[in-house]
Amino acid sequence: MALTDIVLQQLVNGLVLGSFYALVALGYTMVFGVVKLLNFAHGEVYMVGGFAGFIVLSLVSGTLGSGWSGVAVSMVLAMIGVGFLGVLIQKIAYQPMLSAPRLSILITALAVSLVLQNAVLGLTGGRYVPFGADLGFGGVNLGNLFISYNQFILVGTAGVLMLSLELFISRTQYGRAMRAVSIDKDMCRLMGIDVNRVIAVTFFLGSGLAAAAGTMAGAYYGSLWYFMGFLIGLKAFTAAVIGGIGSIPGAMLGGLILGLLESFGTQIPGIGSAWKDVFSFSILILVLVFKPTGLLGRSEQERM
Amino acid sequence: MIERSPINSPMGRLQGLWDRPGFRWPALAVVLILLVVAPYLFGPYATVILTNALLYVVLALGLNVVVGYAGLLDLGYAAFFAVGAYTIGIVHHVYGLDFWLTLPIAVLAAAVAGVIIGSPTLRLRSDYLAIVTLGFGEIVRFSARNLDITGGASGISGIERPWIFGWRMQSTLDFYYVFCVLAILAVIASLRLADSRLGRAWLYVRHDEDAAEAMGIDRVKVKLAAYVIGAIYGSIAGAFFAVNLGAISPESFSFQQSVLILMAVILGGMGKVPGVILGAFIVILAPELLRDVGELRLLVFAAGLLLVMLFRPEGIWPSRRR
Amino acid sequence: MALLSLSAVTLTFAGNTVLNEVSFNVAERSVTSLIGPNGAGKTSLFNSITGFYKPQQGSIRFDGTELLKLKPHQVTKAGIARTFQNVRLFREMTVLENVMSGAHCRTSAGAFAAILRTPAQRREEEEIRARARQHLEFVGVWAEQGRIATTLAYGHQRRVEIARALATEPKLLLLDEPAAGLNPTEKHDLVQLIRRIRDEMGIAVLLIEHDMGLVMQISENISVLDHGEIIAEGTPKQIQSDHTVIEAYLGRDDGEAFLDE
Repeated sequence: MALTDIVLQQLVNGLVLGSFYALVALGYTMVFGVVKLLNFAHGEVYMVGGFAGFIVLSLVSGTLGSGWSGVAVSMVLAMIGVGFLGVLIQKIAYQPMLSAPRLSILITALAVSLVLQNAVLGLTGGRYVPFGADLGFGGVNLGNLFISYNQFILVGTAGVLMLSLELFISRTQYGRAMRAVSIDKDMCRLMGIDVNRVIAVTFFLGSGLAAAAGTMAGAYYGSLWYFMGFLIGLKAFTAAVIGGIGSIPGAMLGGLILGLLESFGTQIPGIGSAWKDVFSFSILILVLVFKPTGLLGRSEQERM
Repeated sequence: MIERSPINSPMGRLQGLWDRPGFRWPALAVVLILLVVAPYLFGPYATVILTNALLYVVLALGLNVVVGYAGLLDLGYAAFFAVGAYTIGIVHHVYGLDFWLTLPIAVLAAAVAGVIIGSPTLRLRSDYLAIVTLGFGEIVRFSARNLDITGGASGISGIERPWIFGWRMQSTLDFYYVFCVLAILAVIASLRLADSRLGRAWLYVRHDEDAAEAMGIDRVKVKLAAYVIGAIYGSIAGAFFAVNLGAISPESFSFQQSVLILMAVILGGMGKVPGVILGAFIVILAPELLRDVGELRLLVFAAGLLLVMLFRPEGIWPSRRR
Repeated sequence: MALLSLSAVTLTFAGNTVLNEVSFNVAERSVTSLIGPNGAGKTSLFNSITGFYKPQQGSIRFDGTELLKLKPHQVTKAGIARTFQNVRLFREMTVLENVMSGAHCRTSAGAFAAILRTPAQRREEEEIRARARQHLEFVGVWAEQGRIATTLAYGHQRRVEIARALATEPKLLLLDEPAAGLNPTEKHDLVQLIRRIRDEMGIAVLLIEHDMGLVMQISENISVLDHGEIIAEGTPKQIQSDHTVIEAYLGRDDGEAFLDE
């Protein structure tokens, strides 16, 4: 393959990967925006989203088939179901902790993620579960470059979801309330905004988007695993930080950047796929250490 | 007056007894005797399990310096455990240097790693720090898996058992006693650290960073000290772990390992030496008692961890004061 | 000779000028007060002196050292101690443990000395306790040394905070509204305490305070800060008759308080 072909092929791979990262990163960034909290369990919500999609698909495939229409319905239902799971997590584990020391909140969040992970481990016996979607292998040939329909649909769906989120946040009352809560919670309470409800909506949306990513990942890669949320959770968090945590366009941008970096990174001699994750974690650490405010983030307030 | 946990709760009564000097020394003597005779009472299988529990006491006490004393969430603690084990594996096994000469190298390697990771990251927000340590832990594991010198995915085997004063540590019983000594040393070091200038400084920084700075305490330096001391505990545990098993592989140092050690620290009661010891024993002994649970062991612990955080954040062991 | 000397200190936050070319001096073994309406920048000035804020311009010299580039703990080590506007004692720790924190920057035992319990380390620990006791006795709350600091009466918490600051062995003590929330008797005792800190320990005191009676009573010098600028300086007498000062306070919430005194 010529160099341009490699570049184009990796561009496509990077876009696909970046779409997943961006969808999951949005959940991190939204929750961080309103509650200033790193939702450790978010990667696991993505994983549970994948399994929720799988369950719905196995129920509806009889009538709708396991093609794109079946997957689409599964995705939407999984988003709703897992959205409520997100709200439940928030009510059980985070709400009572909001005034606790940060260390306690972090550990609680970690506990939630371990409960989800190990519950699914118990249910699946730690095995890979075939997702069962049948999407075909068709695609378009552009010279030496091949792009599957699945990749088109996947990136397109991610784009539509992110666009809807952007519209929701900029145009609706809840969106405005979310932005207000992220700036000053106490002021919002005084102004009569139901802050807890806004936080719940935020968890719902973030978890729903993660579930969409989880279902699409299941359909695209073909199987699910109880541990699949761990790596993507870390990477999506990296994406959120690259873009500037708390910033929604930043999460999308960060997701795409990380996706592209990773797919091109594997092409660098000496890195290869064995070192792919080390490469991503190194980016994570470098970004956190040297640019913790990210590209589009607001700088932290002065101390005291 | 200093508040105590409710005196009528079983733990509260235990605490009350513990505070009485007439009780403390005989109790310690009983514990010591129990430690010595346990292998003869419970048999060889239990000895192996108890050795593992003692290893976890050392690891958990080390992580407790970081999490419990200094209040830093470290999710990659197994990395330091790995640094200790692999230094022994590589230097002692591959290059043939004596174990007792390699041990200081392992400690030094962990301390250097601690400084390299700690100094740029300890000024970060606490949740960022948790993620960075997690990432660091994974980098160490991936590197161990991918490098030739670490033996790749299969790791290093055939690590020799060390000699001490003409005696060779060899049987499970030998290693049980070796880990007894290590655990006791770790307990003494932890208690002494807690009741020292540095130990108090950790608490000050943990409670109020700004006030601590205003008292002339360099918070980054103090946190770094905790991080490096934790790393040293981990590497010593790792070194003896390596010679005990005779073989090491990357999967012994996974994220789950870090989490398990963290659970030991938090379940029992972070910051409290008896609590952490209790936690280490729970984490290792509970799966033995709940055999049927099998793979769900971590689920049970995770649920336990969540319940502890929600309803008893100070851990199972009671606080002397709230 | 001035112990602390600020010249043209300017501090901005996101484009807002909080301190504008502030210059003033604190003499050795003196009590100097910093007054001004709420939001004038008094606490920001404290935070700039103690290294918590980084002023963009100017110079802060203390006892021959430039403080502007120093971190808070280095400023403390150089000899400036402070209290906080809202008492900030270490939670869940005893009064004694709180005060022992002050000794940290004057002692040196590290981890190895602690683990090995070296004789030097044990001596140092005794020394730290003895010093903490001295300071608690000095401020008059030794009797409560074993209690959790945050459970003390508010006036006593303020004293513990002062003892904690004294334990850093400062040459200059910054007190941020030490009389806030105290009753008249406690205020009277505070005046005595501040005088003793100056006279018996030889420590200069810089004070932010809203209680004008107290300020006029103990200060040798007063500087008035308004909108981030020093608008007047002088003895209590001079300040009381200064028109710019009275104008600065008039028409504000605390204007009447000033005139009442």
